[in-house]
Amino acid sequence: MAGESGKIDPMYQFKIEPLAQLQLGGYDVSFTNSSLFMVLVLGALWLFMAGGMKREMVPGRWQMAVEGATGFINNMLTANVGPEGKKYVPLVFSLFMFILMANFMGMMPFGIVPGVHPFTITSHLTVTAVLALFSFGTVLVVGFWKHGLHFFSLFVPHGTPWWLLWLIPVIELFSFMIRPFSLALRLFVAMTAGHIMMKVLAGFVINGLNAEAAWVPLIVSFPAFLLMIGITLLELLVCAIQAYVFALLTSLYINDAVNLH
Amino acid sequence: MPQISQILETYASQFFWLLIVFGLIYFTVGRVMLPKVEATMDARDRKIADDLAAAEHARAEANNLGDSGAADLAAARTAAQAKSTAAKTKAAKDADVRLAKADAEISAKIAAADAELAKATAKALSGIETVAAEAAADIVAKVSGAKITSAQAAKAVKAVMTNG
Repeated sequence: MAGESGKIDPMYQFKIEPLAQLQLGGYDVSFTNSSLFMVLVLGALWLFMAGGMKREMVPGRWQMAVEGATGFINNMLTANVGPEGKKYVPLVFSLFMFILMANFMGMMPFGIVPGVHPFTITSHLTVTAVLALFSFGTVLVVGFWKHGLHFFSLFVPHGTPWWLLWLIPVIELFSFMIRPFSLALRLFVAMTAGHIMMKVLAGFVINGLNAEAAWVPLIVSFPAFLLMIGITLLELLVCAIQAYVFALLTSLYINDAVNLH
Repeated sequence: MPQISQILETYASQFFWLLIVFGLIYFTVGRVMLPKVEATMDARDRKIADDLAAAEHARAEANNLGDSGAADLAAARTAAQAKSTAAKTKAAKDADVRLAKADAEISAKIAAADAELAKATAKALSGIETVAAEAAADIVAKVSGAKITSAQAAKAVKAVMTNG
């Protein structure tokens, strides 16, 4: 959206603005545009799921869509974790659907209403970090609950030569501890970068159309607009892929915790 | 970049609302709605499997029935053929017997008729002799006026008839 100076600021879309001030125990927990979009995602997800609750023997289209989504996560966990993976379907499904809906909600063309712009919750590190901690925390809790201290054998893979025992656990521990960061950063960076690119290209189109010289719209705006279409489609793909990657990695990490190596 | 520059002002709000929203999603969508959807899918899968098993069972049964039906049919056909052959043989035998009987009857009748015919012929022949003798005696009487006995006449007629 246009900033103060009339220039297009590609970062403006990530700005969190309080809609209703709220204090709780000395912390500022205002209801912001970010919170609003979280609630929108919640509503959209409820609506989506409610459409699949008709529980018909012969499903309609909507029920098929819902069952496709649940079956997708169910298969993912069964394939990666085994029969025990069924227990973690609610968590992974919640993560997957929340990220997917949040990513898509950030792509909705709410901008056609003046003064409104979509907000992508998952382009915020604070949000992706918490989601990654849910994933990582589950792995830790399940791992120590099921295997106790034996869980540490995760850091010594089978077949490690004795003379590498001083090095391999360190590397494994490092790669284990980096997981929440990579989960959080991957989603945050992918969404942020894509949305910045879209805003920059959209800026080219608008600034080109507003330019004095007559050749600028043809040379700048039109190609940028064509590119914009492609980038938008690509970004929609990224929305789905990032949700998928998050869910897939979570299920792989849960597999480590459940089955060790 | 607002994500980093605003982090200190907004993290509490972000965490607070995310925990509320994600908690609601986990406990309503993940824990309540999802199991219901999966139960529906499981029930459908089970129903399809059951139906398939029932259909397979029915098919096997139908195959069995078809096989036994074909066997029954073949047996019935053989029995019918045997019966019809027997009936044919019996009918032929009966016909032969009846034919022979009828032949015999007819031959007897023919023989009887022949005998009667011969008798009648003989009778007729003897009748003719008598009539001829009388006629001869009459003729003699008329022509010559001589009276001849019937025995003479008969003798003469016989002689003529035997020669003639």
